[in-house]
Amino acid sequence: MIEFSNYDIIRNLLIATQWTVLLSLAAFAGGISVALCLTAARLTKNPALAGLIKLYVEVFQGTPLLMQMFLCFFGLSLVGLNISAWNAAVLSLTLFTSAFLVEIWRGCIDTLPKGQWEASRCLGLSFLQTLRYVVLPQAFKVALAPSIGFSVQVVKGTALASVIGFVELTKAGTMLNNATFEPFKVFAFVALIYFALCYPLSLTSKILEKKFNVSR
Amino acid sequence: MSLVNIHEVHKYYGDLHVLKGINLNIKAGEVISIIGRSGSGKSTLLRCMNGLEKYQKGGITVDGKEVTTEEIQVRILARSVGMIFQSFNLFPHLTVGENIMLAPTIVLKKSKQEAQETAKAMLDKVGLADKFDSFPEKLSGGQQQRVAIARALAMNPKVLLCDEITSALDPELVGDVLKVLEQLAKEGMTLVLVTHEMNFARDVGDRVVFMHQGKVWEEGPAKEVFANPQTDELKNFVNSVL
Repeated sequence: MIEFSNYDIIRNLLIATQWTVLLSLAAFAGGISVALCLTAARLTKNPALAGLIKLYVEVFQGTPLLMQMFLCFFGLSLVGLNISAWNAAVLSLTLFTSAFLVEIWRGCIDTLPKGQWEASRCLGLSFLQTLRYVVLPQAFKVALAPSIGFSVQVVKGTALASVIGFVELTKAGTMLNNATFEPFKVFAFVALIYFALCYPLSLTSKILEKKFNVSR
Repeated sequence: MSLVNIHEVHKYYGDLHVLKGINLNIKAGEVISIIGRSGSGKSTLLRCMNGLEKYQKGGITVDGKEVTTEEIQVRILARSVGMIFQSFNLFPHLTVGENIMLAPTIVLKKSKQEAQETAKAMLDKVGLADKFDSFPEKLSGGQQQRVAIARALAMNPKVLLCDEITSALDPELVGDVLKVLEQLAKEGMTLVLVTHEMNFARDVGDRVVFMHQGKVWEEGPAKEVFANPQTDELKNFVNSVL
């Protein structure tokens, strides 16, 4: 039987943490890209598109992320698409993240007074020019704090990828626990690492929120 | 040939008949005040004149161009029609100078230097030459509204639509904005004002249009309309506001 020192446990957890970080980044980047497309589509005021986006948001916000991950992993392989645990995790986290971001951004854009759109229109700006020069620069400032705040949910959401067999921080913790039988110690380390990842994010979010509130 | 031509315009909000056959011609250089109680349709009429609101029947042309709410048509119209709002609607993330330069650079494709010269000239005109680099939130309401006027003027419009532009201002700031308007009127700018400033309408305006229940109830030379109202509705209105 191999003995695991604290050093071994932490070293192995930190190696797995790289995958948690990578998965979080991939999911957040994917989520931002999809949410940008959906936001642009929503702003065209096409009722069919708006309805579809609403349905999309309802589905992905209204079902557990774990179910979405199961469907991506087991469901897709059932219909003949062989998908790796990494791909399934990135895909489901992307969908999940985008559904929340598109809702957060909707709120941010809608808080802009209608007069901003009207003034731009009267000055001869096109829809896209209005977005680029007037709406998005303002909405970006408002959206930054809640978006970063939400990224904490994404980081914690990556833990679910352990269930479909992807070795990230939580999965590594489970494996180390099975080898050491020291759940309290192992999972305390796991929790500490998650906290170390998430706390700077929520702190940034809070600081930004304060900063932009004062300037208003 | 008049600059603004409004012919039998009807507008409905659902079942609500807001404009009931409006006819109005405005010549270049005229200063027209549209007055009336709230809900009489005066702001709606103004907003129909540059494509912010749809109308269902009739026709409006400005400077020979048909007014519709299609984006392409609105963008063409924006070169002839400027609009100033009650709530200023300056872009808060841009400085005063950038507010004024935005449309000339991206819509009229002026060079940055040219746009900057225009912006400075327009700011000078409204008496705010020293505010070029300020952000709107640092300005008083009256100053913000004058920046909005400068922003509209930088597009070199033929007619300026003013939608209750002094209604959101503290009383002591109203005068500064009206002074700018008076100056513009003297320089021959065509102004269409929806306003509650009756003294201004009487003293600076050429013509007054009194709207009531979605119709042009009475119109005529400014001084005459106030001195000698023909209908009971206008008499009541004039008594209640003067």
